[in-house]
Amino acid sequence: MSTTLLKIADVSKRFGGLQALSGVSLTITQGQIYGLIGPNGAGKTTFFNVITGLYQPDTGSFELAGKPYSPSAPHAVAKAGIARTFQNIRLFGDMTVLENVMVGCHVRTKQTLLGAILRHKAARDEEAAIREKSQKLLDFVGIGKFASRTARHLSYGDQRRLEIARALATEPQLLALDEPAAGMNATEKLGLRELLVKIQAEGKTVLLIEHDVKLMMGLCDRLTVLDYGKPIAEGVPAEIQKNQAVIEAYLGASH
Amino acid sequence: MALLTFDKKRHPRQTRISLIAVALLLIAFPFFASQFGNSWVRIMDMALLYIMLALGLNIVVGFAGLLDLGYIAFYAIGAYTAGLLASPQFADVLQSFVDTYPALGHFLVMLFGAQISAHGIHLSIWLIVPLSALIAGLFGALLGAPTLKLRGDYLAIVTLGFGEIIRIFVNNLNAPVNITNGPQGINLIDPVHIAGVSLGGEPGSGSIVKFLGLSMPSVNAYYFLFLALCIAVVFFSLRLQDSRLGRAWVAIREDEIAAKAMGINTRNVKLLAFAMGASFGGVAGAMFASFQGFVSPESFSLTESIAVLAMVVLGGIGHIPGVVLGGVILAALPEVLRHVVEPLQMSLFGRVWIDAEVLRQLLYGLAMVVIMLTRPAGLWPAARHEDRPEADHPHGDGPADVVKA
Repeated sequence: MSTTLLKIADVSKRFGGLQALSGVSLTITQGQIYGLIGPNGAGKTTFFNVITGLYQPDTGSFELAGKPYSPSAPHAVAKAGIARTFQNIRLFGDMTVLENVMVGCHVRTKQTLLGAILRHKAARDEEAAIREKSQKLLDFVGIGKFASRTARHLSYGDQRRLEIARALATEPQLLALDEPAAGMNATEKLGLRELLVKIQAEGKTVLLIEHDVKLMMGLCDRLTVLDYGKPIAEGVPAEIQKNQAVIEAYLGASH
Repeated sequence: MALLTFDKKRHPRQTRISLIAVALLLIAFPFFASQFGNSWVRIMDMALLYIMLALGLNIVVGFAGLLDLGYIAFYAIGAYTAGLLASPQFADVLQSFVDTYPALGHFLVMLFGAQISAHGIHLSIWLIVPLSALIAGLFGALLGAPTLKLRGDYLAIVTLGFGEIIRIFVNNLNAPVNITNGPQGINLIDPVHIAGVSLGGEPGSGSIVKFLGLSMPSVNAYYFLFLALCIAVVFFSLRLQDSRLGRAWVAIREDEIAAKAMGINTRNVKLLAFAMGASFGGVAGAMFASFQGFVSPESFSLTESIAVLAMVVLGGIGHIPGVVLGGVILAALPEVLRHVVEPLQMSLFGRVWIDAEVLRQLLYGLAMVVIMLTRPAGLWPAARHEDRPEADHPHGDGPADVVKA
């Protein structure tokens, strides 16, 4: 098998009296689409926020591409190589579609205050490269023709795509998507699925949270199921589908 | 703006013509206006200072979306920098040290030498401008640091407090050691000297400046200096806006959490916004002090902060030409009214019905209400996509064209 990209062990997080996560571990192999499913309130988004630095975990060890990383600040996580999208889309609404992706390039570029004002050759070249790369990414996710539109005026499905393009602009090793199919209709879901397969074909690794079990079963290489903050099952989709604990978590225990 | 356009991307030719027209107008203005006395050019001088302030605040409020109600503090810091470093005041400061803490005072006198302890420090403009920018910028970052986690209303309240703290500080820093001369303010601040020529005019010449064979009133000379600084500030603003850093600022304004998740170190980038905005204010303050020859704490009240914010908001928040327009209108309008209203009433009714000061406040308030009702995004807001449907079809329809544009 190929190499391990992300190795997370024993993550716990408590909010006051609520144990949101307890002892969650997962290991993602390079090039996989890895799914994280579970009923509402299972702690999926909390887990996401912990590994991307938005929340500080109580316990846990984190390793990305063989190197330990500390999810202490979101911008440090992005620099380490994990890019994320949000469950409730968070675009830069008043900026153009292209500018949104250009912001994503921020972390891999280094033009400073002086470069911005003097606009010497290195700064100009970098700016041109950012522009070109951003347009390519927009074309890649299929919204290249909307580059000069204001982001907030994109359709819902296209806003999701823009969020993915913006995350890809940070050149992540792991692309973490929080419910990208939420609120999408059947056609849009199909398009999203194609896009994710395309991203995987580019050699990217994807971590996916989703409610739509059908979509996940067809798409993911491996899955972890969370319930009440605890992992209750882990394996390939076929195993998960037969797992008694998972069925009970979703449908309730049989009496 | 049908007559003038500054949208370089869409109308490169018209933009060039507009720019040339505006430049000619700006250069011709003082020669024309000084025929009617110095007051009109003086009004424009002050308006130019306010434009610098408004553009500085625009970086903090317009770009980065950080509502700063204490911005005038940096104007004060710039003004007092010039006040201390380009006037006899520093001699008084040293004397006050000697009187209060003789040991420290004598050490300081020794440190600075006899020349400074007798006549104070008199730095040239080439040092005053960068120093005031630097010191105000440092204070910007310093006052910005505790507010990093605050947003919106909370940030506004804290910055309002900081603004007042600076003013009260300056007001009371005449004891135990007299540094700012307290409420009396600092007097006899050097006028700006460029290439050995005093922009305040040589003594006895009746404020006439002779420069390169040209002779003009002092206010005109300052006009050109302030215009040059204003153009520099506009240039910096434009360059910053369209850069990696400018995009990071706007991203923070639009959604701070998403900006963080995209790898933007929001702490550093916000501090940089505070520092940049403050440094523009500092330069404006230093110029104000040199122009007036006098600074006192009452020039830096909360009302001034609000006035500068009003210029940004009324002009078109985040849009540089709009902010400039807002600055000109709100800085010049009250002064123009002051000069026009009473003579007008005299000629119309034969007597003054409403005092100029009263009418000025009335019209100022009315103008703000009307502008906000009819143009909520400001007088001259940034072009939104909805206003330019042709942006959808960038000469062709191919994405390649978009890259070029």
